[in-house]
Amino acid sequence: MPILVNLALGLLFGVGLVVSGMSNPAKVLNFLDLFGSFDPSLAFVMGGAVIVAFIGFRLARMQAKPVLAPAFQLPTRRDIDARLIVGPALFGIGWGLGGFCPGPALTALGLGAAGTLVFVPAMLAGMWAARMLAERT
Amino acid sequence: MTEFTPIASLVGGMLIGLSAALLVLLEGRIAGISGIAGRLLPPWRDGLFAQRLAFVAGLVAAPFLVAAATGTPVTQTVSANLALMAAAGLLVGFGSVWGGGCTSGHGVCGLARLSPRSVVATLIFMSTGFLTVFVMRHVIGG
Repeated sequence: MPILVNLALGLLFGVGLVVSGMSNPAKVLNFLDLFGSFDPSLAFVMGGAVIVAFIGFRLARMQAKPVLAPAFQLPTRRDIDARLIVGPALFGIGWGLGGFCPGPALTALGLGAAGTLVFVPAMLAGMWAARMLAERT
Repeated sequence: MTEFTPIASLVGGMLIGLSAALLVLLEGRIAGISGIAGRLLPPWRDGLFAQRLAFVAGLVAAPFLVAAATGTPVTQTVSANLALMAAAGLLVGFGSVWGGGCTSGHGVCGLARLSPRSVVATLIFMSTGFLTVFVMRHVIGG
């Protein structure tokens, strides 16, 4: 059951990425090009996603536990440390270079563009390196 | 140029938000793609590998579902500069896990939870994203 739910929710998330245009790097790069061919569409993606997710998290807060799992697993940290500055800074540079963040890159995998087929393994390697480095420090 | 698509983008965004809302209500977890994809590689510490793989399989299958439903193949423009894409992939992968989230975990779920850490992270990756495109398109390129 949880596996089917995750498959369905991944599909829903991915359909959202494709329908919204976020899975197209050209659209992402134009959103980030404030002083050039600016395309504000992605602000609507973020807005729509945050509003619906906000309602979901509000509803979740009223529940003692999730429907299919024994407990909520939500982040509780509130401190701002160096990793929270360095990580997103590097992520944003990569996002601006390729136009892909992790979700859209995965939805693009099956479309088979050469750039995607190079990007996704590099991304997974970077993720793995960050996990290994985090465990040593 | 890409076409301004406010309606499709808003609807697509709401589907993304609905997926995140259902994941927390049903499974109690954050729909953070860097967290989900990053933990597909070993070491595996919790028993959630199959769930994460299923979520990623759903993401990969999504454009084919959209193409089947609309009758038009999904088109996108990806850079063919493979060295650039390799560097971009490494930075996105490393940075998102090092910072504890990406556009989905910090940008969508974190902002929706009003998390101060996610507000900081989102402002930073948006800023360096804008700056990178500015440098690549208007300082280096043309």
